[in-house]
Parts: sequence; structure tokens; C-alpha cells
Amino acid sequence: MTTLELKNIVKRYKTNTVLDDLSLDVADGETLVLFGPSGAGKTVLLRLVAGVIDPDEGKILIGGEDMTDVDAEHRGIGMAFQNFALFPHMSAHDNIASPLTATRSSAEAIKAGVGKVAKLLKIDHVLSHHPKALSNGQKQRTALARALAGSPPLLLLDDPLRNVDAKLRFEMRLELPRLLASQGATVVYVTQDYKEAMALGDRIAVMANGKIRQIGTPEEIYNAPADIGIASLFGDPTINLLDVVPQKDAEGIYVEISKVRVALPGMPDSVAGQSCVIGIRPESITFAKSTVKGAVPIEVEAETPLNEKTVTLVVTVGKRELLVSRPAGTPGPVSGPAFILIDGKTTFLFDKASGALIRKAGETEQGVAA
Amino acid sequence: METTSTLEKSLRFLALSLVVIFFMFPIFWIFLMSFQTNETILQIPPSIVFTPTLSNYAALITGKLTTSAGTLDIAFMRNLGNSVFLSVTSVALSLVLGVPAAYAFARHKFRGSEDIAFTLLSFRFAPPLLVLLPLTQYFQWLGLSDTYVGLIWVYQLICLPLILWIVRGYFEDISADVEYAYRIAGHSWFATFRKIALPLAGPGIAAAGLLAFIFAWNNFVFALVLASADKQPVTVGALAFVTSSGIQYGQIASAIVLSVTPTLALALYAQRYLVEGLSLGAVKG
Repeated sequence: MTTLELKNIVKRYKTNTVLDDLSLDVADGETLVLFGPSGAGKTVLLRLVAGVIDPDEGKILIGGEDMTDVDAEHRGIGMAFQNFALFPHMSAHDNIASPLTATRSSAEAIKAGVGKVAKLLKIDHVLSHHPKALSNGQKQRTALARALAGSPPLLLLDDPLRNVDAKLRFEMRLELPRLLASQGATVVYVTQDYKEAMALGDRIAVMANGKIRQIGTPEEIYNAPADIGIASLFGDPTINLLDVVPQKDAEGIYVEISKVRVALPGMPDSVAGQSCVIGIRPESITFAKSTVKGAVPIEVEAETPLNEKTVTLVVTVGKRELLVSRPAGTPGPVSGPAFILIDGKTTFLFDKASGALIRKAGETEQGVAA
Repeated sequence: METTSTLEKSLRFLALSLVVIFFMFPIFWIFLMSFQTNETILQIPPSIVFTPTLSNYAALITGKLTTSAGTLDIAFMRNLGNSVFLSVTSVALSLVLGVPAAYAFARHKFRGSEDIAFTLLSFRFAPPLLVLLPLTQYFQWLGLSDTYVGLIWVYQLICLPLILWIVRGYFEDISADVEYAYRIAGHSWFATFRKIALPLAGPGIAAAGLLAFIFAWNNFVFALVLASADKQPVTVGALAFVTSSGIQYGQIASAIVLSVTPTLALALYAQRYLVEGLSLGAVKG
């Protein structure tokens, strides 16, 4: 039973507060992704858990035990570093064996343990090489193998795919969830890549400026981002953000885009007249014929094929730019004037002043950090 | 590389040859002198053709210096032994004290750590002659003058700052993550120091050790003032060749050849490891 609990962690470097009263629970066997821009404090948080730096305030509990003052070597953690941090003077085998030699296992047990994890990560053919002779991908796998070798109940992965090429990153993104599940370990995974976060996380904690801004499942975060910042971090192409002032009439709350009424079903009446930002995901916009009710006139500027989807940049009459995404292969206007339909049910409204999400009437605060 | 013309190659060869000749000629000349008698050395014009003699080496090794004024006892072999003993012991002690200290200064920023490190470096600022007088006084009070312990202690002024500051830089160059990784794998800080930091800083420690050895070996003034004949190293011992009946150039030359040999051998031996180790350390984890 290894749960990780962080209670009111504060970490300062001189006058700079890196982690500000941060609390976090990670359940047994869960993969929690720490996601956020660089400088958000993700790596510092991971190092606090690993025990290589100490918090100024707060407690760290691992498996219910207070580990705040316990040395790194007694915490029973596996960790993979962003820069791999392999021991350059040791072979890949000895690198991977390092957690096993620490427990004074027999030579056979070490060899078997290294062999097993090396096979799992497909590096069994390069075990005799020194890190110098390994490719970047092999280094990365060796670093992962070293973290896994001791079968630690708690695994910390600090952006392990950051320094590998795109192809390998894609492969590992597919491979990692299975690998992590096979270990049965509790995992804290740091990344700056939202796709990685969505693919790997049971839950995602979005960090910024030393605080957790939102914590929830990937779906919760994508479908109900707590503020504008989070909304624009998730999604490719990024979400369209337009300044609007919602109005109210007999049919409910709506906004006007290029003088066309776009209904926002379910929004509370209180937003009427308030300065807001509307967030429209590019996939919530479709092209339409002018005859359809609610069709917004636009001018097509440019089109970019993006693998499985086609992204079109369009400009409204009021010169507001919007990105429209549609599955590749479906027909759409290439240039000139056209019309779009905005699905008001899947758009978000944010308060312009605070940036916070305005929830639909009757929605709970579920999945949002207090 | 592939575009070097023959002209460029020959010019480069010429330039390198000039540099080598400039630096090696005095040593070469001393080497020749060591096989000559005083008479052939002092003849004008000097000649490169002579009948080599081993009498200089024989005199040094037997310790009997025969001059026109009679036979003199010299303790050159004992001086050489003193040099080896003093240098090796001083460097060893400096390494034992300096390497862990360097690690501490590199890895742990504590209150005043920079000040302490700087104070240790400042020992090398003062000219030795300046500290010698008070030091002689203290050594007499403490009963340390003319003892090996006293000399080795004073030699720490030469060796310790050198080793501390060079090795500290090497420790700082090791990524802290590499050490963290070993700690997290379940090893104590001492095991991490032994198995990760020491091997990775190995080339730096070897280089610092070698430099410290050379400085200790070449030291003159501390041993001249603080020790008497039977504890003195070759640098001071060479003074014995300035005798009442003239300067024994032949013996001085052969003494130089003998006293250079250990340092040269050590440098050549260590060079292999320095290069090997440096290329290993160049790998970024």
C-alpha cells in the first residue's frame, strides 16, 4: 500500500517561493501526471518527494509513514531523470543494477533482476556498453530500467521523454502505460507535453507558479478547464479565445459573434452583461451553408493539414481570428468567404477579470482543486 | 585536416621543432654535462664531442665527492630519499584532507563555506619568505624544527590549497543528478562519494595530485630554513656542490638529471590515466 501524501509543502529559494503551501494525494497504484510550464515547480516537487532536497515547511508521507526527515536512500523510491543522469563510468548493466547492489542481493539475483527489466525495455543487447556508447533512446531506456530495477512501490519520472526524438517519444508514449501498469507501482510523472499528460495520467495535476491550479482526470481537465490558462495549455490546435459580453433574451444566454446569435445553453443568467472570454475548441466549429440558422460569415485565410486533421484559419467580419479543425479528408472551403457554425454546448465561458471558468448552472465544482 | 598541403605540414613541423628545441635544449645540455668532467664542461669553445664518464654519477651514488682539495662527503642519495618521502607523504596527506574538503565545499553551501575555502587559498598568496620567520619561531617552541612531521605540515601550505581548489572544480562539474540517482537507488552518501564522485573526479584528483607533487618536490626555501642536512631534499642538497674548491658543474648536472627523473616518470605514467580519465569524464550522463 503506497500512497503518497504531501501536506502544505512550502519550498523557498532565498526570497523566491517555488512551492507555495501545496498539498497533494496520490492513491495506491495511480499514475498522477504533474503538468505545467517550466518554472512551475514540478521538478522541485519531485525532488522533495525523492528526498534529495528538503521542504521548508510541510510533511511528506509515503505509504502513511512520515518521510519528511528520512534520507533519500531509505525512501524506497525509483526515479528517472530528465537528463538521464546515468553513471558515466559504469556499464549499462551496472547502472541498472545500482538499486539491487544497494540491498546487497546475491550476484545471481542482480544478474537476473537486471536481465528481466532490460528485456522488458528491449536493451538486453547493450548491457555491456557504457553510456557513452548508447544512443539517446537507449540511454533513456537504461535510465528507466534503473528506476524500475528495484521494483520500487513509488516511481518518480521527471519528464523522461523530454530529451528523445519525436519518433521515440511517440513509441514510448504508447509503451509506457503498459509498462507502468505491469509494475503496479504508484507513479508521479512530470511532463510539459499535454499529449503525454493525457495519454499517461489517471489524473493530471496542473501546476503553475508553485501551486496546483487544477487536479482531475484528463477528461475533466479537457472538458472543464478551471481557467483560461489551463484551457489554452490543453489541446492542439489551441483553444480560440474571444472577448465577449453575454446577453440574455427569452431563449436564454447568448453571445454575438459578427452580429450572429450563438446560444450558450445552460449558462447561469448572472453572466449577462459581464465581461467574459469565450473559449471555443477548434473542433467545436464546423463549416456551414449560409442558409443555416446561426451561421457566422467568415473569410478563409489559410489551411494547414495536420496529419489526421485539417486546421483552417478564418477571420470574422470583426477581424477576429479563429482556428477551425475538421477530420482530414472531409470537404471544406479553401479560400474566400464562407460560414461557420459554433457549437454553444461545448464552449467555455471564463470571467475576463479573474480568468476563472464560469460553470454552467447546476454543475458542481468536482475535479477542481479548492 | 584533409586539406593540409605539404607546405603547411612542413611549416608546422618546423614551428613545432623550434618550440621543442627551445624548451628541451637546456635539459639536453644538462644531460650531456652530467657525463662530462668539470674540465671538459668549462673548456672554451664548448664541444659536443667528449669522452663520456660516469664519474659524476658514481660520486653521487657513493656519496664521495673528490675535488682537487680532497674528498668530501655528500648526502645526495639521502637528499633524494628525503625528497621522495617528503613529497609523497605531503601529497598523500593533502589528498586525504583535501579531497573530502573539496567535496564538501562543492556540494554543501553552508554559512561561511566560501570564506573558509578562500582562507585556505590565501595561504598561497603570501610569499613563503614572509611567513618563514614567525614559522621558525613557532617550530622551535613546538619542537617541530628539523623534523619530518614539521616539514610535511609546512608542505600542506603548498599542496592543500592546490588540491582543494582544483578538485573542487571537478566535483562541481559532476551533475548533482548523477549523485542523486545513486542516493535514490538506495546507497548512503558515503557510498555515493566513493563510487560516484571519486571515480568521476578521478582525473582531476590525479592532475591536482601531480601538480602538488611537483610543487612540493621543487620547494626550496621551507626545507632550507626549517630542516638540517639529514632531513633536507635535493633542492637544498644541491647547494653542497658549491664547494670551496669551485663549483662542481658535472655533479650538479647529474644531480639534476637524477632529481628530475622521478617527477618525469610520474608525469609520464599519470599522463596516460589523465587522458583516459578525461575522455571518460567528458560524457554527459
